[in-house]
Amino acid sequence: MSEYNFAYLDEQTKRMIRRAILKGLATPGYQVPFASREMPMPYGWGTGGVQVSAAILTPADTLKVIDQGADDTTNAVSIRRFFEKTAAVSVTEATGDASVIQTRHRIPEERLREDQIIVYQVPIPEPLRFLEPSEVETRKMHGLEEYGLMHVKLYEDISQHGAIATAYAYPVKVEGRYVMDPSPIPKFDNPKLEMAAIQLFGAGREQRIYAIPPYTKVVSLDFEDHPFEPTKADHACDLCAAENSYLDELITDDQGSRMFMCSDTDYCASRRRQGHVGVKGTVFEGSAT
Amino acid sequence: MYVAVKGGERAIDNAHAWLAEERRGDTAIAEISVAQIREQLTLAVNRVMAEGSLFDPDLAALAIKQARGDLIEAIFLIRAYRTTLPRFGGAVPIATDNMTCDRRVSATFKDAPGGQILGPTFDYTHRLLDFKLAAEGEVPDATEVLTRQDATPHIMDFLNREDLVQTEPFDDTHPPDLTRAPLELPATRALRLQSLARGDEGFILGMAYSTQRGYARNHAFVAELRIGIVPVELEIPELGFAVEIGEIQITECETVNQFKGSKTEPPQFTRGYGLVFGMSERKAISMALVDRALRWKELGEDFVGAPAQDEEFVLYHADNIQATGFLEHIKLPHYVDFQSELELIRKLRREAAAETQEAAQ
Repeated sequence: MSEYNFAYLDEQTKRMIRRAILKGLATPGYQVPFASREMPMPYGWGTGGVQVSAAILTPADTLKVIDQGADDTTNAVSIRRFFEKTAAVSVTEATGDASVIQTRHRIPEERLREDQIIVYQVPIPEPLRFLEPSEVETRKMHGLEEYGLMHVKLYEDISQHGAIATAYAYPVKVEGRYVMDPSPIPKFDNPKLEMAAIQLFGAGREQRIYAIPPYTKVVSLDFEDHPFEPTKADHACDLCAAENSYLDELITDDQGSRMFMCSDTDYCASRRRQGHVGVKGTVFEGSAT
Repeated sequence: MYVAVKGGERAIDNAHAWLAEERRGDTAIAEISVAQIREQLTLAVNRVMAEGSLFDPDLAALAIKQARGDLIEAIFLIRAYRTTLPRFGGAVPIATDNMTCDRRVSATFKDAPGGQILGPTFDYTHRLLDFKLAAEGEVPDATEVLTRQDATPHIMDFLNREDLVQTEPFDDTHPPDLTRAPLELPATRALRLQSLARGDEGFILGMAYSTQRGYARNHAFVAELRIGIVPVELEIPELGFAVEIGEIQITECETVNQFKGSKTEPPQFTRGYGLVFGMSERKAISMALVDRALRWKELGEDFVGAPAQDEEFVLYHADNIQATGFLEHIKLPHYVDFQSELELIRKLRREAAAETQEAAQ
């Protein structure tokens, strides 16, 4: 695709995005407005993440793209192909081999390293949006650090349901300042937000970029008497027997029988390669893919 | 034993191949050409150019063909292409008085210099299916007259001479570009008009209609609606003067709306303005009504809570490419977040059941 620049975006646009990223890293959790471009894929399908990835990729990078934890979901395949075509970077499904990981809705189970960057696709970057629909108002609330409304919401959950009724996109406070939406990852992944890798968040349609630098303090909002609790299905993976990975639930027959398997397909495959076998799994044979 | 579902790549390839076949349809029927679309589905081409923000009838026709006639998909193709094009500069503001009018009507004056020109309009056609079109036939020639050579003055200018209509403040600062800077509020009127001009026709129509039905009513008369060709000029820095780089067809609508005034200021009519690429008067009139509704603050009116008055509501939701992308993304996999909700609701129900049981004992 020689008619397009490396990684599709022109250099001016990349520079504009890099400036937003740097500003984001300097003010962890703050949503930086940026002039999001119209990408050749629909808004809401990862255009923010794609623009951030395009701005940071270099020809030497190795890219991994996951959606719901899996490399093989259709939209992950589509985004990976986009970069194979426009940037000719090498791609991988192995978390450990990737220098840049673009993700939708999950953080890989394998601990990320300092030499890695994870790029999140974000649908609605504003954690206060469903409490206050106006952007003018929510920007003011962040400016004044006025987060009472969020605590009232969490409290109302407890009084109505006996627990905080947020299971994904669970709000966090970054470095004691900005309340941030970690994108729709399950709250199981929230503790991983304190990591060694650089975390970048891109919301294309909403024209916002934000970031968490390595080793930044990220606290999931809670109350002393109702502490935050990362949860997952109370099972082991039926394929690799992992007991501490986030699980997908599948319906396997007309009677509605269920099975559980790792949502992180690379994690599951590498465990099976190491010889772990779950209740419904088989001994791993075949290639590394 | 269970083998994990794979095959995303192959599924995508197969879907694309099938899509290409469906696009072509029955191969026993002649393939439609881009030129045929450009010439015979002109109003679809116009809409794609307007909401795609790119005046290029050939590319718009190609996009319509590629999108199988889905106009929002075609607009999307044009937008994604447009964003890759280099910017050479901003044109000199077009002077619509110099328009060669194909159509020009006023609802406020029976006649005015330049006259009323009905033009190629559906307005007075009876909406009866014309079965003759099902058979191929020749179209009889329409009567021809010479176009007016002089400039056609705007009807609003005649009202302006009597000071009956509010004068717009002159502003020759370069307008902001919605596609090059993030939308930040409050927006200037120039930015609002830019957003409305590329906004979804259906959305703008619905907003405009709501003002007519009483949600921020601002009774509008169409002072003038004109459609025609205007030259576009670009200042060339090396030359030091502007040169004509082409012509575009546009639709312009100026509305005269109910007046404002006070004890100290005599009442004056107010204005709404719409301008759209191509022949698209439904959109241009709608735009003028919504523009007028959004001007409540500068005209010292009350905010009555109507959607059409709320610039954040209108500007954030007018773009059909943003809207359709986000709407349709909910068909993408959401296994992970749904699973977390599933776990949560099971847990909450378990706890509720335990409590009820305890209470019963």
